[in-house]
Amino acid sequence: MLTITDLHVTVAGQTDKAGPLDVLKGLSLSVAAGQVHAIMGPNGSGKSTLAKTLAGHPAYTITGGSIQLDGADLTGVEPEVRVQRGVFVGFQYPVEVPGVNNAEFLRLAFNAQRKVRNEPELNAKDFAPILAERVRLAEAPEDFPGRQLNAGMSGGQRKRNEILQMFVLEPRLAVLDETDSGLDIDAIKAVARGINAFRRADRAIVLITHFQRLLDLVRPDRVHVLQAGRIVKSGGPELAAELERSGYEGGSAAGAAG
Amino acid sequence: MSEFSAGEYKYGFTTDVATESLPPGLDENVIRQISRGRGEPDFMLQFRLKGYETWLKMEEPAWAAVDYERINYQTIQYYSVPKKADGKPTYESIDQVPAEILATFAKLGIPLDEQKRLSGVAVDAVFDSVSIATTHQQKLFDAGVVFCSFGEALHQFPALIERWLGSVVPTADNYFAALNSAVFSDGSFVYIPPHVRCPLELSTYFRINNTESGQFERTLIIADVGSHVSYLEGCTAPKTSKNQLHAAVVELVALDDAEIKYSTVQNWYAGDPETGKGGIFNFVTKRGACRGRRSKISWTQVEAGSAITWKYPSCILQGDGSVGEFYSVALTNGRMQADTGTKMIHLGRDTRSTIISKGISADHSSNVYRGLVQVHRKAEGARNYTCCDSMLVGKDAQARTYPYVDVQNQGAQVEHEASTSRLSEDQLFYLRARGLSHEDAVAAIVTGFCKDVLDVLPLEFAAEARKLLTLKLENSVG
Repeated sequence: MLTITDLHVTVAGQTDKAGPLDVLKGLSLSVAAGQVHAIMGPNGSGKSTLAKTLAGHPAYTITGGSIQLDGADLTGVEPEVRVQRGVFVGFQYPVEVPGVNNAEFLRLAFNAQRKVRNEPELNAKDFAPILAERVRLAEAPEDFPGRQLNAGMSGGQRKRNEILQMFVLEPRLAVLDETDSGLDIDAIKAVARGINAFRRADRAIVLITHFQRLLDLVRPDRVHVLQAGRIVKSGGPELAAELERSGYEGGSAAGAAG
Repeated sequence: MSEFSAGEYKYGFTTDVATESLPPGLDENVIRQISRGRGEPDFMLQFRLKGYETWLKMEEPAWAAVDYERINYQTIQYYSVPKKADGKPTYESIDQVPAEILATFAKLGIPLDEQKRLSGVAVDAVFDSVSIATTHQQKLFDAGVVFCSFGEALHQFPALIERWLGSVVPTADNYFAALNSAVFSDGSFVYIPPHVRCPLELSTYFRINNTESGQFERTLIIADVGSHVSYLEGCTAPKTSKNQLHAAVVELVALDDAEIKYSTVQNWYAGDPETGKGGIFNFVTKRGACRGRRSKISWTQVEAGSAITWKYPSCILQGDGSVGEFYSVALTNGRMQADTGTKMIHLGRDTRSTIISKGISADHSSNVYRGLVQVHRKAEGARNYTCCDSMLVGKDAQARTYPYVDVQNQGAQVEHEASTSRLSEDQLFYLRARGLSHEDAVAAIVTGFCKDVLDVLPLEFAAEARKLLTLKLENSVG
């Protein structure tokens, strides 16, 4: 489903004397439909850069390599078009949008996809039962539809709101950037149940995380170590346990650190 | 994105229609001619002459945070009306209105003919200086409601006008109000009899067409004891490279237990966004007097046009237990300048006021909130809540807030909150990453910011206002 080849990315504002600095430096990754992949790695290794690049953030420029979704190039594709192609990125720091009602926003997002498929848009009344169902599936708190979009929500609540958005949009590829950080234990369990419920043979999930705990609850098919802008080691779920024991520097993974 | 190059002003056309105009310039003779041309009673002429005399002695105010070249009042045309075959000042029926003018209003989304007119809203359409037509007359008449052009009211209800005209905004109130008193041409008059709830929304649509003329209309709304009315006002004007003066006066009077809700969506031509050339000078005096006990006046405005806006819809809370409200969205972009806000004057006991102001400034524009909350000595138990939020779009826009508070009663409660935020790329990106188009993302952010104000607009206006704000900002964001 997702094929990333030799990806190089610069970030606006991050430069040295020689010019813009590559944050991703030749990252390659392949995720098949039906699989869950975990990406771990130290702070500053490029994990969030990967997530934002996949979402099409304008501050992130691809300077080399390619991202393909089912063989179609995503480079230069507008963020909203990526959503239409089935990409969803759950962000590490979801932005507040004050005054925007969560349910109304979710309806807009849901209808934007219906419009693309030439299906009639749903009014608030017809959307309400669909939303209620998605709230249940995502194991999101019941009051979420009535809240504002991230405004007035704690960090943990925002992450759970991202999971709810994922269930409303039903992407084929979900990239979840540290969705587990900032959550208490019960919330992590709820989020994990949500992600497991979302797993399907025709969907791929990429979990970016620092912690083994989430991966104990959502068993990944593959674990990758991202360091200094590229994948330096890949393995099965046991790799996560190994990292938990000996850290990124401890194992054989430390090649490109600096 | 190309369809949104229409962030351009789409009402900027002019209609080719024969007019009868006085030559530019102002003196006593011009005023006498206006009054005679409109067949006015003598008290009206005296009111005008007094206004003119007062105006001559006054100085143009300079305290507002707006910057413009001084206006030459002798180059403005003070009277311009579509030419009529019979020479009478008003149209007696819609059949007499020239087709071009009907077409103009249809193009603006205000159909005036019986079949297509807006249901639930009675419209008084004002074209340059005159009222063209007022719809739904019969239904209003049956309810006892008077809604007509000012000129017609002068003939049919001279006593009401003589009693109330200038009772809220005296001729000497300010420079532009004095000028308006001298030269105002037409406008709307509303009288709601005791204990009548007006069965329709009343609406005046102002269209400036003649690019040489100033527009000076006058609106007077009287809500008698226990009555209720909701009134809407919309405005557009053609694009020109010259500035045009719009100096209107609106007076509202609410007697015991009466309620007036006055809503404005203002979209006058704002001038060239790059050079700042042209556009309307919107120098308007709007004031409501809560004369009666437990009366209520509520101003809601969406100010999205004009090169310069200078406007402070205010409430005089005279009756005990009366309530004043001001809900405002002021959007500036290009080179627009707005200095707008409100005055809440608490005179009676247990009077309450609420001020919610949302300012959005984009591009090189300047947006000022200026407000006064005044509590007089005898206003026991007065309460005010004020909330002023500003949103900046881009690096070069300015937002300022000048809240004046003057409390002379120890028991009064006055609260003030303010915030400044920025419409960020990150918010836009976030919404687009959930599949919203750029346009929908801007709309969501802006309407979220203005929610408290849009929620109190009448339904038809809220949708229009949302569209207008989005359209205006579309080009300023990203």
